[in-house]
Amino acid sequence: MISLDPPPLLSVDHLRKYFPTARRSFLNRDAAPRLLHAVDDVSFTLEAGESVGLVGESGCGKSTLVRLLTRLLDPTSGEIRFEGREIGAIAAPKFARHPLRSQLQLVFQDPHDSLNPRHTAFDSIAAPLKQLGGFQASPLLTARIEELAELVGLPAALLSRFPHQLSGGQKARVGIARAIALHPKLLILDEPTSALDVSVQAVILHLLQDLQARLGMSYLFVSHDLNVVRLLCDRIIVMYLGQIIEMGPTDAIFDNPRHPYTQALIAAIPDPGTPPQPLQLQGEPRSPIDPDPQVCRLYGRCPHGVEACTTTTPHLEPMGPDHVAACHRADVLNPAQLR
Amino acid sequence: MTLSLRHTRYVIGENAITFGAFLLFLGFVLLAIFGDAIAPYDPLASNASLALNPPSAQHWFGTDALGRDILSRVLVATRLDLGIAIAAVAASFVAGSALGVLAGYWGGWVDAIAGRVIDTIMAFPLFVLAMGIMAALGNSVENIIYATAIINLPLYARVIRSEVLVIKTAGYIEAAKLSGNTDVQIMLRYLFPNALPVMMVHISLNMGWAILNAAGLSFIGLGVQPPTPEWGIMVAEGATYIISGEWWLAMFPGLMLMIAVLCFNLLGDGLRDLVDPRKRT
Amino acid sequence: MTVASIPKTQLLNIENLAVEFRTRSGIVKALDQVSFSVAAGETVGLVGESGSGKSVLSLAILGILDAAAQITAGTIAFEGDNLLTMPRSQLRAKRGTGIAMIFQNPRVALNPIRRIGQQLRDVLIAHGGLTKAQCQTRALELLTQVRIPDPHQRINAYPYELSGGMCQRVMIALALAGRPKVLIADEPTTGLDVTTQAAVMELIRDLGREGQMGTILITHDLDLAAQYCDRILVMHAGHIVETAPTRLILTQPRHPYTAKLLAATPDPHKRLDELTPIAGHLPDLRGTLPPCRFQSRCDRAIPDCDRAPLKRQAIAPDHTVACWHPLPLSSGVES
Repeated sequence: MISLDPPPLLSVDHLRKYFPTARRSFLNRDAAPRLLHAVDDVSFTLEAGESVGLVGESGCGKSTLVRLLTRLLDPTSGEIRFEGREIGAIAAPKFARHPLRSQLQLVFQDPHDSLNPRHTAFDSIAAPLKQLGGFQASPLLTARIEELAELVGLPAALLSRFPHQLSGGQKARVGIARAIALHPKLLILDEPTSALDVSVQAVILHLLQDLQARLGMSYLFVSHDLNVVRLLCDRIIVMYLGQIIEMGPTDAIFDNPRHPYTQALIAAIPDPGTPPQPLQLQGEPRSPIDPDPQVCRLYGRCPHGVEACTTTTPHLEPMGPDHVAACHRADVLNPAQLR
Repeated sequence: MTLSLRHTRYVIGENAITFGAFLLFLGFVLLAIFGDAIAPYDPLASNASLALNPPSAQHWFGTDALGRDILSRVLVATRLDLGIAIAAVAASFVAGSALGVLAGYWGGWVDAIAGRVIDTIMAFPLFVLAMGIMAALGNSVENIIYATAIINLPLYARVIRSEVLVIKTAGYIEAAKLSGNTDVQIMLRYLFPNALPVMMVHISLNMGWAILNAAGLSFIGLGVQPPTPEWGIMVAEGATYIISGEWWLAMFPGLMLMIAVLCFNLLGDGLRDLVDPRKRT
Repeated sequence: MTVASIPKTQLLNIENLAVEFRTRSGIVKALDQVSFSVAAGETVGLVGESGSGKSVLSLAILGILDAAAQITAGTIAFEGDNLLTMPRSQLRAKRGTGIAMIFQNPRVALNPIRRIGQQLRDVLIAHGGLTKAQCQTRALELLTQVRIPDPHQRINAYPYELSGGMCQRVMIALALAGRPKVLIADEPTTGLDVTTQAAVMELIRDLGREGQMGTILITHDLDLAAQYCDRILVMHAGHIVETAPTRLILTQPRHPYTAKLLAATPDPHKRLDELTPIAGHLPDLRGTLPPCRFQSRCDRAIPDCDRAPLKRQAIAPDHTVACWHPLPLSSGVES
């Protein structure tokens, strides 16, 4: 398709990452290695200024996808385009010094683990500025770091502290300051609040909203908790076992989820106003190692499975404006009709 | 790395044993520097008329078979023994760390090759290997250092490799990549410094061991040659006289050797806390 | 305090408990004036931020506080007997079978090199009174009870072969092995997926009801506690600041901290701008503390708040608050 519009900020096309599960036996070199399909044929786009949530359980491939997108890991196949430029093919170690490195940054899940215990808060924020921003140790650098600290609400007096001398919320702020130090266009947030108390979580979520308004960044907010993602995102992508199974505007996903897995995720959110809803998924997820390409990956756990689910894998089909889901029974499972 | 004076004082003051070990270490360093100056006699001057005198007011540690003052010889030997140990440990620390960091971080064929080299060294009884290296290279102080460094290499390489395997999975290593650090920068600025606290314990223990090793080589006649004062040779020379009752010949250099090894063994935990910012409050 | 005054149905009764930690930088008053009780068959939620002392409380009940900690006041009575004055020999029997705990992070709590069946049998043998064959039957029974599919196969599995949710079920089975009367669950679903979390919580709730156990759910997630607990105790900086039946806590919070905690908790009907963070952080628990430890974070604080002693008082039936100036009852809210 030829379009005159500017390319999307991020466009991901048939992205795959397979991990060999064991080294090949040297006695039997012909045996095909068993592959773990961590990310399996994922395609989506993210526009400038947009906030997209990426939701799924542990093991669904969202961490791998994050590492592919931030170019810490090389994909098996597929394309990652950033402002129209293909960056998926650049080897991860080379990308460390790529001009686009500063444009694509990540806020880590564990604010403690992601700070070097030997670096003060100042050193941690200074690292990208020195490496990629061309700053030398100078009053200019100090001024920039103090400006960043103020932006994320970190008292300047704390800049000389080591991570173990900071609280969880303060460490989260250091991690955010480091990630936004070079004004990235895309900030990927990998469960940025899951290690924090609710009281601090609210502060950090407000901070992220505020920063987006001020700096005009795009967010890819990755989390297992739909309830938190909902607060910041315009659009939500739901992943299950390496694949996108539903994608759409936040309201549509919440009010009219069409995939049984999305429905289960929403039902699992504790809602103090209502009694717990009966559990919708049974058993354990299927193995991500060499999955059967013919079978829907939710089959077996899904309460609505039919025979068709074992013969052809469902593909993403339009369900509404900008809303797609991959389920053979999506028509039947329209929650508006079920209610 | 910044070592604040306050932190040093805190680490030393926190634990009586660490404090004692630091004092002892300071004593050894001073002896190594000023041993020549404070020795009451020339350590090489023999005097047959004074041979095998027991400890007395003139000769606190007695005299040896050639009438040389044992106290002077023990004091002067400190520089050589400490020097060999420090040089050997430094060499194996640098080479072993480089090998270990590379193997741990890159893995793959680098790890495989480094691993096999280390396995090969480890396959020999280490002291016998040191003897072989000495026999091949010849008797000299430098060669004792090389031999001691080579047999200690596997320890450093293995310890730092396993540390690096753990540290490289930490989030801050990924963060460092996002900040634009290249692999070499990550190894030098992130992996190595964070493995350092654990290494300090090994360095300290290894120092004691290196002193024993150097003394041991000299004891069996490889390495430092008489009449150079060295604790190992002195113990070797004195050993024959123990049966005939002249115990002081071997006893005093042996005691120095023991105290030096003990000092380094006790020093380890203190050194680790010194280089670990997490211990600062 | 007279032990005889405890009603029969109260399994666990904690009265005026205080715990201090001796550290290099002073004495930390981790718990102070903690009193509550747990009855058979009820689920009590203990909610607070990290550092509020909720885990210290569970360790104190189990008697596994570390050496730096000291219980300086109060009693912990289990079925009417004060555990703090009981001879060691009796204590082991009492705690081992009477009170059990489920930890967070089940993967770490399970021995990685023993099959889960072996681990269950180890615990059953330690509790005594069963033959080898009986242990096997009981182990299978326990795995069935915690709704592990194919227990006959899974009994021979190693922990690494099971998912996080399955491991947590095994942990629950281990805790149930001694047929405890009180079950303490410390953040049992942290690290589990949301869909698994619901399953594990339902299991804990159902087991408590069926076995008439008293269950204490320790969590930082007020929404989770609200969904599964009969009563909620809100902890802040080592104090229990409010206790009430779940519905009352949600609709009529009277302590300013509870109200702020509610306002900071995302629930499915709130937008981000309706989420209000709590200002400030937990006070330093060293040195002298004001009677109300929430004072420095409270926007309602007035000089009168320094009045001592501040005790938790009944403000309505089943509803207690430790605040001199509790929030007024809001009108128009269902009572």
